[in-house]
Amino acid sequence: MQTARAMRSRPQPFTTRPGIAERIGLPYMDGLLALSVLALAGFSIFTLAQATTNDVPGDPYYFVERQAIYVALGIIGMALLTRIDYSRFRELRVGVYTFMCVSIVMVFFFGFAARGSRRAFDLPFFSFQPSELGKLLLILALAGFVIDGARRGSERQRTARYLFLGLAPAALVFLQPDLGTSLVFGVVTLAVMFVGGVRWTHFAVIAASLVTIIALVLVVAPKLGTPVLKGYQEERLTSFLHPSRDPADAGYQQDQAKIAIGSGQKTGRGDQATQTRLDFVPERHTDFIFAVIGERYGFMGAALVLSLYALLIWRALRIVTLSKNLYGTLVAGGITAMLMFQVFVNVGMSLGIMPITGIPLPLMSYGGSSVLATFLAVGVLESIYMQARLSQKSRFAW
Amino acid sequence: MYLRSDDRRPQMSSGFALRVTLIGGLGVVLFAVLFFRLWYLQVLSGDKYLAEANNNRTREIRVSAPRGEVLDRNGKVLVGNRTSLALQVNPQKLPAKQGERRAELARLGKLVNMSLRRVRRTMHEELKLAPSSPVTLRKDVPSTLVYYLQENEASFPGAEVQQVFVRRYPQGTLAAHILGNVGEINADQLKEPRNRGVQSGDQIGQDGVEYEYDRYLRGRAGATRIQVDSMGRPTPNGQLSVKEPVPGDNLRLTIDSSLQAAGEGALAARGLPGAFVAMNVHTGAVLGLGSYPTFDPSIFTKPLTQSQVNALYRDPVAAPITDRATQGLYPTGSTFKPFTAMAALNGGFLGLDEPITDNGGLTVGGITFQNAGGGAYGTLTLPSALQVSDDVFFYTLGYRMSGTTQQQRWAHKLGVGEATGIDLPSESSGLIPTPKWRDRLYKKGLTDRPWSAGDNVNLAVGQGDVQLDPLQMAVGYSTIANGGTVVTPHVGKEVDDTAGRVVQEISPAPKRHVKVNPAFRSAILEGLHAAAQSPGGTSYSVFGGFPVPVAGKTGTAERPPYADQSWYVVLAPYPNPRIVVAVTFEQGGFGVDSAAPAALTILSEYFKKQATAVGSAGGRVE
Repeated sequence: MQTARAMRSRPQPFTTRPGIAERIGLPYMDGLLALSVLALAGFSIFTLAQATTNDVPGDPYYFVERQAIYVALGIIGMALLTRIDYSRFRELRVGVYTFMCVSIVMVFFFGFAARGSRRAFDLPFFSFQPSELGKLLLILALAGFVIDGARRGSERQRTARYLFLGLAPAALVFLQPDLGTSLVFGVVTLAVMFVGGVRWTHFAVIAASLVTIIALVLVVAPKLGTPVLKGYQEERLTSFLHPSRDPADAGYQQDQAKIAIGSGQKTGRGDQATQTRLDFVPERHTDFIFAVIGERYGFMGAALVLSLYALLIWRALRIVTLSKNLYGTLVAGGITAMLMFQVFVNVGMSLGIMPITGIPLPLMSYGGSSVLATFLAVGVLESIYMQARLSQKSRFAW
Repeated sequence: MYLRSDDRRPQMSSGFALRVTLIGGLGVVLFAVLFFRLWYLQVLSGDKYLAEANNNRTREIRVSAPRGEVLDRNGKVLVGNRTSLALQVNPQKLPAKQGERRAELARLGKLVNMSLRRVRRTMHEELKLAPSSPVTLRKDVPSTLVYYLQENEASFPGAEVQQVFVRRYPQGTLAAHILGNVGEINADQLKEPRNRGVQSGDQIGQDGVEYEYDRYLRGRAGATRIQVDSMGRPTPNGQLSVKEPVPGDNLRLTIDSSLQAAGEGALAARGLPGAFVAMNVHTGAVLGLGSYPTFDPSIFTKPLTQSQVNALYRDPVAAPITDRATQGLYPTGSTFKPFTAMAALNGGFLGLDEPITDNGGLTVGGITFQNAGGGAYGTLTLPSALQVSDDVFFYTLGYRMSGTTQQQRWAHKLGVGEATGIDLPSESSGLIPTPKWRDRLYKKGLTDRPWSAGDNVNLAVGQGDVQLDPLQMAVGYSTIANGGTVVTPHVGKEVDDTAGRVVQEISPAPKRHVKVNPAFRSAILEGLHAAAQSPGGTSYSVFGGFPVPVAGKTGTAERPPYADQSWYVVLAPYPNPRIVVAVTFEQGGFGVDSAAPAALTILSEYFKKQATAVGSAGGRVE
C-alpha cells in the first residue's frame, strides 16, 4: 500500500492501450454496489410508472419521464465521480464548505416557497434543492477538516469545532424550515466524528445535551410560550407515538400509510391498490413511496427493496474498511450513516414506527435533487473503492 | 485517538474496528426492526388492514323506498305518497374553516327560515345518530330553492336537494285516527326489535295503522355502493354494487270510506266530542271508526309549529289527537242493560218470562233508586223492560245479583271491560267495577266507602264506576247478536304487494266463544228491536220509520260534573244482524236525542250501499 502513491506518480510506459471498459474503470468498480443502486433506481421508475399514471392531467408519464432523466443524469454523475480521485475534495474542503453554505443561504433569497417552506431554486428543468447536495458536500468537507485539524488544539476544542462546522449548516436548513434534512446533517456530522475517533466521553456529553435539548424543545419551551418547532412539526414528530389521536391530521397520514402497507399482504394488490391510488396516502410519489411499494407489491416487493438497501449499506460499510486513506474512510462512513439514517427513518415512517420528518427515500422517492445527490454519493464511494483497488493492484488504467 | 495527520490509512486499530463494527451492528439491528415490522404489518395483520382499506374506499348511498299505500276496502287511496324536495347538508363537503362553515349554515338557514342555532342543533342531533351522512335540514322546499342553489352552487358547497317521499292524504282528514302518521325514527325506537333493519333518518309509522302495519308498509331501502377517493368524491366507474329499493306493500283496510265519511259527518254535524264504531258482528271487520274532533294528518309531514302542538296535544277538552272510539272511557248508561240481562238469565236470577213489578222505585240500604223519567211502568217481562228501558226492573236484577260477581263475570265474558285486541295502538281496557276493586281502593283511602249492594244496582244500569269505550260496546253487542263469538275487531283487511297480489289476509281469530242460550239471545234482541221500532220504544222516534228492521238501545249516563253522556248501540238487520253501530257523544244528553240520529245516518249509508250492491251486481258487500 505504501508503494501505491509512488507508483501512481510514475506511469509505466509499456502498458497496452486499455479498452473502453477499462477506461471507464468498470473492472475496478464495486459491482454489487452499482448493481444495488441501479436496481433501486429502476424499481423507482417502475413503481412510479405504475402508481402515478395520470396523476398530472394531460401528461400521464410526467413523474416517470422526469425521474428517468434524473436517474440518467445521476448515473453520468456517478460515473464521472468514480473516475475522479476523491482526495481532491479534501484539498478543496474550504471551497466545498463555503459553496454548500452559500447555496443554502441563497435559497432564503432566491428560492421558491412551497407548502410554507423555502427549500429549492426553481431551475428551468427542475427545482434544485441545495440541502440535498449539501449532505454530501458536508461529508466531503467535514472529513477534510477532521483530518486537517487533527493536530491543532485540544481534543475538546477539536470536537467543538467539528460540531460547529456540522451544526451551522444544519441550523440553516432547519430554518428553511426543513427539519428532516437538518437531522440528516446532524447525523452525518456525528458519523464523521465517530469514525474519525472522537472520544467516547465527548459523545456521552453530546448525547446528554441532545436529550436535554429535545426535552426543552418538546416540553419546556411550549409551556413557556416560546415554541421552537412549528406546530405541524411537533405534531408530525410526536404523532407516531399516538397514531389514532387525530385521524384528520398527521396521525391520519401515517395511519393511511400503515393501512396501505398492511393491505398489500404477501403478494401485493397490484392495480387494486386503492389506498395509494385513491389518494388516501399523501405524497405517495415522494415521502410515502414505500407505502406504494408495500401496497402494490406486498411483502415480496417491499422486502426486495429493503434487501437492496441492505446490500447497498453493506457494500458502503465495506468500503469504509477498504479505503486506502483515512479521508476515504471518513467520507465513506459519513455516506453510509447518511444512507442508513434516511432509509430507516423514511421506511420507519411508512411503517408507523418513526415520526414524519419529510426525509425522502434515497433513489426511490421522486425528486431530482435527492436522486442526483444519492448517485453522486455512491460515485464517491465507488471512487474510494476504485482507488483502494488500484493501489492494491499497483497498476493504472490510464 | 488513532488519527494521524498524514492521512495514512491506519492499520485496523482495535478502536477503529470496534467503531466500524458498532455501525455495522446498528445497521443490522435497524434492518431487523424494519423487516420485522414489515412482516408484522403485511403478513400477520394483513387481513385487518385489507379490510380497513376496503372500508376506506367504499361508501354506501341509501336510496329510500317508497312506503306502501293505505287503501280502503274498495281500493280507494286513503294514504298515498308524493315526492317532495328536501334540503340536505353533506357535512363532509362543508368548508373546513369554522368561520366559513358557520356563515354558510347561516345563509342556508335563512333560505328555509331556520335560525343558525336550529340548523346547528339539527345537524348535531342527526350526526350523533349517523356520523358523516347527509342531514336533512328541511323537507318540502320549493323548487325555486333548487334553482337558486344550482345557480349559486359555488357559494353553497355541501348543500344538496334530494327527492324524498312524503305521505299524501287525498281524502283529507278522513279516518285520521285510524291512519296515524309517520315520522323519523328516534334514538329509542332504533333500539326496539320491531325496527330491526331501519336506519336512522328513515321514516317509520308512529301511530295508527302506519305504526301497527309498519313492517309491511315500510319497504326496504336500497343501497348503492360506490368507490370514493380520500376526499369522498366518487371515482370514475366506481359503482361497486346496486341494490334497488323495494317499495313497501300496500295495506287494504276493512274501512268503507263512504260509511266512514257518513259517520264522521254525523259526529261533526252534532258538533260535540264523540265517537262511533261500525263493525261486522261476525268477523270483527271495522267498517268505520271515527272520533270528533279530528285533525289533519298531513300536518305531520312537516315539522309541527308550536300552535299546532298546542292544538293537538295541550287542549284537554277537545283533545283531537285522542281516538275516543278506542280510548274514550265513559259510563254507558242503559246500553249496559243487555249485559245485565244476560248475566241474570244465565245465573238463574231471572226467569225468561218472569214478570217484575215496577212501583217507581227500589230501596236498597236506605236509598231509593228511581226510574230516570220518574214514572212507573207496572209489571214487565224482559223484552218490554228493554223496550221502555225500565230502570227499576234492572235495579231489581242488580240487587238480586249483589253478593255475587255474576254481572262482572258476564260483562267480561261478552267482551267488555277489557282491551278488544284491535290492530290500533294505545287501546284502553276500560273498567267494570268489582267488590274487590272498590274495597281495595277504600283500604287505600282513595274512595269514601266500600262496595255495597247499591253498586250492584248502579252497575245493572251502566251507572257508577263503569267505564267503557264505543268499540267495547260494539264487541259486547256483537257477542250477543252472533250467538257467542267474541270477535277481535280489526281495521286491516289484507296486505297487497305493489302488483295487487294478496301477500297476507288479516283475519284475527275470535278471542273466545261464549255459550249463549238462543232463547236468551232472542228475548234480548226482541226487546231491543221493540225499543227501536215499536211504538213506546225508547228510540222509536228515530228508527220507527227506518225500512230495515233493527235492534237498538239508547243510553244516557250521568257523568258528573259534565252533562249526561249520550249513547246508542244498534244491531241490524233484526233478527239476524250483520252490523253493529255504537255511537257516543260527550254531554250529548238523552241517547235518543244525539247518539241515535247519528247511528241512523250511518245505518242509512250502510243499507243504501247494500241496496245498490244487491241491485246491480247481486253480490253481497257486508
